Amino acid sequence: MSGYATGIVAILCINLIFAYAIFVTAAAGQLNLGGAGFQAIGAYTAAWLSSNAGQPVIVTIPLAMVTTALIGFLISFPVLRTRGVYMVLATFAFGQFVSGFLLRSPTFGGAIGMVVSDYVGVGLLVAAAIITTGLVFFLMASRLGLAIRSIHDDEPVSTIMGVNVRAVQVTTFTIGGALAGLSGALYAHHFSFVEAQYFNSLLSIYVLLFVLIGGTQTAWGPLVGSLFFTLLPEVLRVGGSWRYVVFGVAIVAMMVLRPQGIVTRELVSRLSPRNWFGSRPAPAARLADGG
Amino acid sequence: MSDAAALGRPKPVIGKGVLIGLACAAAIGLAMLLGGRVITQQIISGLMLGSIYMTVAVAFTLTIGVLNFLNFTIPTLFMLTGMVAWGLLARGYLAGFGGAAWFVALMAGIAVAILASLVVERFTFRYLKTRHGDATEHAIPLVSSLGFLLIFEHLVLIALGSEAQRFPVPFKADIYFGGLVIGLPQLASLALALGIVAGLTYVLKRTRMGRALRTIAESPDTASLLGVEVARIVPIVFILTGLLSGVAAALFTVNYGDVSPFMGDHIGTKAIAAMVLGGLGSVWGAVAGGLIVGLAETLSIHFLGGDSVQMVVWGMLLLVIILRPQGLFGASSIGKGKM
Repeated sequence: MSGYATGIVAILCINLIFAYAIFVTAAAGQLNLGGAGFQAIGAYTAAWLSSNAGQPVIVTIPLAMVTTALIGFLISFPVLRTRGVYMVLATFAFGQFVSGFLLRSPTFGGAIGMVVSDYVGVGLLVAAAIITTGLVFFLMASRLGLAIRSIHDDEPVSTIMGVNVRAVQVTTFTIGGALAGLSGALYAHHFSFVEAQYFNSLLSIYVLLFVLIGGTQTAWGPLVGSLFFTLLPEVLRVGGSWRYVVFGVAIVAMMVLRPQGIVTRELVSRLSPRNWFGSRPAPAARLADGG
Repeated sequence: MSDAAALGRPKPVIGKGVLIGLACAAAIGLAMLLGGRVITQQIISGLMLGSIYMTVAVAFTLTIGVLNFLNFTIPTLFMLTGMVAWGLLARGYLAGFGGAAWFVALMAGIAVAILASLVVERFTFRYLKTRHGDATEHAIPLVSSLGFLLIFEHLVLIALGSEAQRFPVPFKADIYFGGLVIGLPQLASLALALGIVAGLTYVLKRTRMGRALRTIAESPDTASLLGVEVARIVPIVFILTGLLSGVAAALFTVNYGDVSPFMGDHIGTKAIAAMVLGGLGSVWGAVAGGLIVGLAETLSIHFLGGDSVQMVVWGMLLLVIILRPQGLFGASSIGKGKM
């Protein structure tokens, strides 16, 4: 593979894992606009363990995941007291605070950033992305996944049906934290350098867009969203800023024409091999889309 | 009963505003007495900066209060005003106006911001009537506004380049008062910003249009049943948003003399902090929040150094969100998600 293609594949894998981190919480109806903060925690944990404590990758990546998961768990309690727009703002504040803290902290190199000693090749990134995708599909098909989807569609009814909404939401924040930590650790090890300025509010915005444009109903959403977002700018190949204008227009048009995201349960069921020969979509799928 | 309560309970809000004002003035006066000249100068600069944050924060809080919509185009509306004004001057389109050209340029910038805001309204609200009834639905206008953020920012980059530019302000009048430097334009901007907010409060409280806005905040469907023409009132929110962002940008440009395509990002995020600090949907909360963030910024630069601003402001905000999610002055049941 050429260096250019390798670069795109690496970014695509990291974005995909990161998108799944945000997706897991969004699938249970919570929007996290502080994704960059969680990713930064993972990246800096891995960077510090690798460069300052001399730990190998086999130790740094799991520890980065555990640290970020723990922070996701802890931050979920105050964040879950808020709803809707307020939750978007609370998570946004968290992301801003983390990057502000890292910018200021001499332990983590402040504004200069940190060099990461161990390098991880693109092969491991692809493997991690595939495993993450598989795990999230499994999660969404599990009993917990059913609870997550029911909260997404109707929280009061989920409560009536016996779903422990708070426990599920805390779990999704924890899982989301672990995945964001993984994407951050892989970023740190692949690019061998981390700086606080990279983990800014724009990154949080982009990753939330991956998820919302892809669709929060099924685990296909983030996959399609990240592919769309990472590859569209490459495909457009129009001069510099124009591609972002086209991109912005695509986002606005998307929200007008298909606000529930590219992939919905109804679409998945229609494309499923079981229904290729004109059979009807599964009743559950039709109900879920309010058809 | 949430956003609307914050925007306009009949009487207490003005009382609350006065109360907040007195409390702030007392605290600041005490700090000035104890801190001496250097601190006093920092506090004055902080209040001036705060008046810009305050105006933008009011724009944010208005769209959230009435429409439950976090409008991410506000930073770009701010930037559009400054860059359009600079572009008109730099390309020499306003040479005919002589000495008043800078003023005409800023007015044109504000007009462009209002027009852009109306374009945003058309595509975030006018056509978004579909409801798929799930938990992330309230994010649809938010995502559209992020799309517009990309569009406007990059159109400006294409048209005017990415460099920071010097905006020529023909006067530089400072008042020297007991060894303190007070910029005349800064003082004027504080007064103007406060005046606009007071005017807005009056409109929301006392006029027919204000009542319609508060009814929409309460419940768009009920408002429509009661004869409020929602489709005609909603654009007014966006006109006010454009106006407030534009005026804030004009004041910023006159005060600091710099414009750049990224000038809105910094101001916008600080204004969001100010709004959350004051409480969503509360106009006077946004005023207090803006001034507090301005003060926190200059004082943390003074005591802790330039890098610390982001940490101090957002750390403070995170604490407020954890301890008092409704903000300092907000209603308790905000953000349930309506429109």
